[in-house]
Amino acid sequence: MKCRRCKAPAVIEIPRHNAAFCRECFLRHCREQVRRAIDEHRMFVPGDRVLVAVSGGKDSLALWHLLTELGIDADGLYLGLGIGEYSDESGRYARDFAARVGAGLHEVDLPTDYGYDVPGAARATRRSPCGACGLSKRHLFNGFALEHGYDVVATGHNLDDEAAVLLGNVLRWETGYLGRQHPVLPATDGFVKKVKPLVRLGEREMAAYCVLNGIDYQIEECPMADGNRHLGLKTTLNALEEQSPGTKAAFLFGFLARGHGRFADASDAERETLAPCSGCGGPTSTGGLCAFCSLRVRVSNPQPVALRTGR
Amino acid sequence: MKVLLRNPRRELEVPGPITVAALLARLELVPESVLVIRGDTLVTSDARLDAGDQIEIRPVISGGAP
Repeated sequence: MKCRRCKAPAVIEIPRHNAAFCRECFLRHCREQVRRAIDEHRMFVPGDRVLVAVSGGKDSLALWHLLTELGIDADGLYLGLGIGEYSDESGRYARDFAARVGAGLHEVDLPTDYGYDVPGAARATRRSPCGACGLSKRHLFNGFALEHGYDVVATGHNLDDEAAVLLGNVLRWETGYLGRQHPVLPATDGFVKKVKPLVRLGEREMAAYCVLNGIDYQIEECPMADGNRHLGLKTTLNALEEQSPGTKAAFLFGFLARGHGRFADASDAERETLAPCSGCGGPTSTGGLCAFCSLRVRVSNPQPVALRTGR
Repeated sequence: MKVLLRNPRRELEVPGPITVAALLARLELVPESVLVIRGDTLVTSDARLDAGDQIEIRPVISGGAP
């Protein structure tokens, strides 16, 4: 198989583009796609202080590398989730990468800094670990960026992530979430601007980008994610993609072009109900503690499990 | 050839030569969900893998909190 651009032997094929690329042309393709996403959605303005949410996985490290390649200086923030050896390894990948590119890496550790870990939070709340993890990440990345004067948080959400989230939101007609699903979330009271520069690249491309650049990343799946809903949605979409290449991109980009605006009212209505959390002062729609502060309270004071009385 | 699979990590012995596409079909893997790595580079679906090759099939789907 030959590279579509230079006719050298190809190392990767991308069926949705009906194309194959050699190493150099593939890396160029990735830079072009990220540049296009950044420009199309006006993700950054000159002088922005950018913080990359770093997990030690392929997407966040590829994102950080790509931003650096495009001349966009960014610091990283790694959040230790307390998931045993998996978190220890992930942290090492993040630190090694930061040292390799000479970028600044901040670290926040849930067990040390907040007194809980993701497995413990899942047990205490009797909810999925992914729910506690996502909630903690969103709150802490946002809070850290605001506190330390960053203008933008960049996350490694790729085309597959966004298509899977969209499918999940459509299946349940989550109108508020649909109104907020966009490659850019502008800054509002209490929320820093958030951008997703990898939205035009699939996760297979991101893994390939790391392999071809010699970027070591956490390959193992998170032990807490087994069987989660997001993974199931991706598997379903990949089965559709196999039959009809380009399905995921058409689904997501069609929504952004023709569907997203129809849900803006639902999102705006939710935003109007926000008020400061009585714990941390961050925005919340609960009228009391925000979801993150509630989680911390429940982890530190787990509710007793009611025993079912038998006959 | 030796084929390394992950999640969970395991190693298989597969007779060669065989194309990447045929190997993935034989292992019932969806091409969109994996990379096939030989040495330090990637190989496309039409590439021929030989008996002495060491191959890694790396999953690319990440679950967890989006």
